[in-house]
Amino acid sequence: MNGPTEMPIATNGDVVLVRQKVRGLAAEIGLSLVDQTKIVTAASELARNALVHAGGGRVHIEVLHGARRPGLRLVFSDEGPGIPDLEQALTEGWSTGGGLGLGLSGSRRLVDEFDLVSAPGEGTRVTVTKWAR
Amino acid sequence: MTVPDEAAKRRIVDLFLSEEERLLRRWTQLSGASPDELRDLYQALRTALVDGAGDFADVRGLLAELSRARVRQGHTPSDTARMVFSLKEALYEAAEADGGPEALRGFVWFSQLVDDLGLYTFETYTAAREKIILDQAEQLLELSTPVVKLWEGIVAVPLVGTLDSARTQVVMEKLLQTLVETGSEHAVIDITGVPAVDTQVAQHLLKTVVAARLMGAECVISGIRPQIAHTIVTLGIEFGDIVTKASLADALSYALRRSGVEITGAERARIAVRAERP
Ligand SMILES: Nc1ncnc2c1ncn2[C@@H]1O[C@H](COP(=O)(O)OP(=O)(O)OP(=O)(O)O)[C@@H](O)[C@H]1O
Ligand SMILES: [Mg+2]
Repeated sequence: MNGPTEMPIATNGDVVLVRQKVRGLAAEIGLSLVDQTKIVTAASELARNALVHAGGGRVHIEVLHGARRPGLRLVFSDEGPGIPDLEQALTEGWSTGGGLGLGLSGSRRLVDEFDLVSAPGEGTRVTVTKWAR
Repeated sequence: MTVPDEAAKRRIVDLFLSEEERLLRRWTQLSGASPDELRDLYQALRTALVDGAGDFADVRGLLAELSRARVRQGHTPSDTARMVFSLKEALYEAAEADGGPEALRGFVWFSQLVDDLGLYTFETYTAAREKIILDQAEQLLELSTPVVKLWEGIVAVPLVGTLDSARTQVVMEKLLQTLVETGSEHAVIDITGVPAVDTQVAQHLLKTVVAARLMGAECVISGIRPQIAHTIVTLGIEFGDIVTKASLADALSYALRRSGVEITGAERARIAVRAERP
């Protein structure tokens, strides 16, 4: 039914489109309203991080068919400056851009699986997964 | 009458190059496009035909740029297509004047090339226009922000849609201005219509509340739905000492109480809200 899709993240408008796409799929695979809102919010944070901190990137969106329940996996990637200190970046309140510094750490709590790969000069890739309950 | 392909191509390209000034003049007349745009296109075509060994990537890039610009300037699609296609007519006149079989045969080849480029232009034009329509729809969806006076001394902004920086700026200014104009000391920011509150939205809300405070007004945030409350807490956002209420009606009755209005029952507050909303 829903093959994997890839969406660009180059403008604020793109962030809105990503959010809409994720909301649609989250509802389709039967996530609860709370879980829909959580994955949409995480998508919003990670998309904007790619836009703001890396000058743009893309998201790969995939519906997973687990043995017992479906899930939604989002892979955000960019070729931006990368994150020198992952632990620091995941610290609540740490921001290099005058934000609240809650996007990354908060997203980790909003999803079931969270994976952050980044190194200076090598861009950033964040993979998040939310499973239906 | 058969003419070898290569000779035909060479002849028409020669004509294209040697007739530069006349071609450009006719092309401008026929297309109604600006001479500068056409000159750029001509240069790109010349490079592709002479040095580029038929690589039209740059020409396409330029055409894409031109058609996007034309969408923004409000040119029609046929106008835009004519910009490219009219080169054929201009070149045909040169080929006819030459009269030789190579030139005419070469013209057929050249006009296929122009057709391709014309279609490409048309496609980029359509894509650009679709994008603009989409953007506008988004903005419309996300842009209606009335500030309404709920009661003497109490104003409200029902937020609907996503809060990006630009829009928040508008909302904030409008709210602050209305506070001054109406001499209100209470503002209710209702987020029932906001689909998700992420860190950016939260930060914008917090800033608005602080700015209102600096003007001596107190804000109440209402309409935080359960799933949003859940998400806000999980994200780790703290609203500090900002008063929040479940519904706009609750926020209004709170603000009324704070401004010293007697309320005998929640019923009345709710009726007041309805009466003030369009
Ligand atoms: N894709 C990225 N590329 C480079 N640096 C990033 C990326 N994502 C996050 N960072 C770094 O990690 C920090 C923390 O990110 P986080 O999303 O938590 O906060 P923020 O974006 O600064 O503020 P907000 O609370 O509004 O999200 C950022 O300030 C930035 O330095
Ligand atoms: Mg962030």
